[in-house]
Amino acid sequence: MTGPAGGPAASGHPAGPALPPTLAANPRLSAWVDLSAAGAVTVSTGKVEYGQGIWTALAQVAAEELEVGLDRVTVAPVRTDRSPDEGITSGSRSVEESGAALRQACAQARMALLAAAARRLGADPASLRVADGRIVGPGGPTGLTYWTLVAADPAVLDRDAGPPVPASDPRRWSVAGRSAPRRDLPAKVTGRPAFLHDLALPGMRHGRVVRPPAVNARLAGLPDAAALARAGLPPGTAVVRDGSFLGVVAEAERDAVRAAGVVRRAASWLAGPEPGLGALPPLPDCDDLAAFLRSAPAEESTVARRADQAAASRAVRTVAAEFTRPYLAHASMAPSCAIARWDGEQVTVWSHSQGPFALRGAIAAALGIAPGQVTVCHAEGAGAYGHNGADDAAFDAVLLARAAGGRPVRVLWSREDELGWAPLGPAMLARIEAGLSPEGRIVTWRQDVWSNGFIGRPGSGGHPRLLAAAHVAGGEPAPPAPDGPPTGAMGSTRNAVPGYDIPDLLVRRHRLLAMPLRTSSLRSLGAFLNVFAIESVIDELAAAAGADPVAFRLAHLSDPRAARVLREAARLAGWDARPRADGTGWGVGYARYKGLAGYCAAVAEVEAHSSVRVRRLWVAADVGKVISPDGVANQLEGGAIQSASWALKERVRFSRSAVTSVTWDDYPILRFSEVPRVQVAIMESEEPEAGAGEVAQGPVAAAIGNALADAVGVRVRDLPLTREQVARAIERG
Amino acid sequence: MDEQDLRLTVNGAGYAVRCDPATPLLDVLRHDLGLAGPRFGCGQGLCGACFVLIDGRARSSCDLPAGAAQGHAVTTVEGLAGRDGAPHPVQRAFLDEQAAQCGYCTSGMIISAVALLAADPSPGEEQVRAALEQNLCRCGAHQRIIAAVLAAARRMACGDPPGRDGRARQDRQAAP
Ligand code: FES
Ligand code: FES
Repeated sequence: MTGPAGGPAASGHPAGPALPPTLAANPRLSAWVDLSAAGAVTVSTGKVEYGQGIWTALAQVAAEELEVGLDRVTVAPVRTDRSPDEGITSGSRSVEESGAALRQACAQARMALLAAAARRLGADPASLRVADGRIVGPGGPTGLTYWTLVAADPAVLDRDAGPPVPASDPRRWSVAGRSAPRRDLPAKVTGRPAFLHDLALPGMRHGRVVRPPAVNARLAGLPDAAALARAGLPPGTAVVRDGSFLGVVAEAERDAVRAAGVVRRAASWLAGPEPGLGALPPLPDCDDLAAFLRSAPAEESTVARRADQAAASRAVRTVAAEFTRPYLAHASMAPSCAIARWDGEQVTVWSHSQGPFALRGAIAAALGIAPGQVTVCHAEGAGAYGHNGADDAAFDAVLLARAAGGRPVRVLWSREDELGWAPLGPAMLARIEAGLSPEGRIVTWRQDVWSNGFIGRPGSGGHPRLLAAAHVAGGEPAPPAPDGPPTGAMGSTRNAVPGYDIPDLLVRRHRLLAMPLRTSSLRSLGAFLNVFAIESVIDELAAAAGADPVAFRLAHLSDPRAARVLREAARLAGWDARPRADGTGWGVGYARYKGLAGYCAAVAEVEAHSSVRVRRLWVAADVGKVISPDGVANQLEGGAIQSASWALKERVRFSRSAVTSVTWDDYPILRFSEVPRVQVAIMESEEPEAGAGEVAQGPVAAAIGNALADAVGVRVRDLPLTREQVARAIERG
Repeated sequence: MDEQDLRLTVNGAGYAVRCDPATPLLDVLRHDLGLAGPRFGCGQGLCGACFVLIDGRARSSCDLPAGAAQGHAVTTVEGLAGRDGAPHPVQRAFLDEQAAQCGYCTSGMIISAVALLAADPSPGEEQVRAALEQNLCRCGAHQRIIAAVLAAARRMACGDPPGRDGRARQDRQAAP
């Protein structure tokens, strides 16, 4: 890569390092750093907070580079009309991408301000330094500060970033690299408004959407206003109908809830789509997902191929097996929420979307208006783990607000709609065949992955992909979700290429071309199943080779960073001295996330008596340089517990026409009595930041699967690892 | 719909609210009283996000008719602070342990913890887990939440020294 200002290396000039991509795309320094309020630093980024603590980490980065106290720094909420566009906040790339851009923008801002100070003082910029925003010279304070400099020349940061300048040396960090208390928590522990859900705009009305009773039902009839009023519709309620999109707008939230109930009972629906529209097939059999995955039309591509016939032919033992995961729900603690307000031809939307810029484009495309007519303002929602219902709720609010005469309309989904209508993490099937040489080396590996695509975010593949866009008049269901390029880093084949030294290897993807249930990205994408499957087979190969699972892995890992996390997890867990008791088992799992990001190894201790219980987890991770160690620890602990919940309990259930697991009773997640103790270790590293939010998902599920196999003596290959699945596996032998 | 004048006692103050007594208490707290602390998570009594104290016992407010709360003392997370406005020891312990990710479940967790510690000032880990069983957390902050409740119990047992607002974690997770 070449620097934006420099020529290619071939021209004779050495190519300097490039600006971080999102800074190169949004080069104006004043777009990132605002010093116009005396004593305060406001930084803007395009990445959004959703409980992962990113704003605290980014504030630390800015404080470090600008040499100001952390308390002075505020991160501005993302707004599409003001903030730099940094794409989607996902894939654990936030601190890596946004942190790099912000660090460079702040370093250049600091330099520009020091240069301005030097001009005013007639001094050499190199003789000046910064102490908490004050400019200090050889003789002590100069009386100048960032803020006096900006007051004297408000345009001092209205300039584009130049060629990269050196940023601060991590070895001398005083703010970054240390755990900083999360800045959003005081409001949350004292119950102050903290979420979009708490935002009340002047004149705001309340909307609810009445969803169809089945994924492919269409609205056939609705009684007239007088009949609805007789049925109990609160006075002053507007009923909005557009094709099969049906909703209500009322003055008070309680009226909207009541009105939605009245309308739901009064509406009549017809099963099946309108003739001529894109027909949705009936849903597959929720109890035989493997049959659906194997038989649905699919597009095949090669993900990785290393051919070594000679090595492959030395295989004397083969392990072949199929692994499945069910559809998984995001199941955020807060149902999706949004507010929209039309001002003439302009609409402003408050959303907890992970991709405000993509949402803006998708709303504009769905309505056939210009993106400039839409402004998306991000406000925090509850924890998000991928593409959940946030964007869909935003579009619901936009549609309902058209009936509100310029007043803002707030939409809050019900729990049932959140679990039943938000995009799902796709069901998957992975088939693996691996061969062992007489010396106990893995010599050949075949892996095939069947899945719907994971890239179903708004705008993906040129389609808005907003739920209500399929329900409005003339709307059509979104085409099957794309899955990104077929690599071991993306989509369903994320981590489908084992990171072990294997001479002969072929990995293929089968992306389904039918999408009965809407699928999109869910934390760690395909890595959750792929790592579970790979690591299960690795354990079976180790057993076939008569080797210890940790030692067998180490013998096939030439990357020292991989070996380091594996050894550390084993050491933490006391692997070599693990106690053996009836009905309990121990297992290990390892992966380098995406094959190119953070390294993570996990050990699990599982108890399998009347039910499957994970007692303890040990997680070791190398995620490169760390801005906030406690923030990383929090992500690793949370990732491990969520992964345990997926692995042990979770499964979306559905009939032939609709999702049926729509309450917390039907979609149970791990509770306090079931949550394992988790111990994490973060490896010291000078490597670039790699993101911690998703590294644990695969290795933890794998460790649990291997520990369960160790405990019960048979392997459960279909997630979740429930008592029923164990019984079935024992029956099958 | 049949509106009535309800008399509610919330966080020590008396309120008169005109509404249908069947309206969920959560709705009245959030909309009529402007309290954001109790959060909406499910509306079915199944997640704990909306928990409040009713006469000192933790329960859901989303499925409790406001009319049924009359004559009882309702306390939300906003009402836990001491007379001097200082946060409750449990709230401070949550900060100390950085016991949240998104924090959407936090107020319900704190309410359940306060009810537990009032009934059992020195619980063990198992009692804490049992007391929080109805509170769901999707982010997986459970372990920190348990640590915070145990720390709050210790703090209350020795006369509630001032909080350290997150520095406990900072010391423990010192930079490598
Ligand atoms: S919102 Fe009341 S228990 Fe879930
Ligand atoms: S911290 Fe997000 S739900 Fe508990």
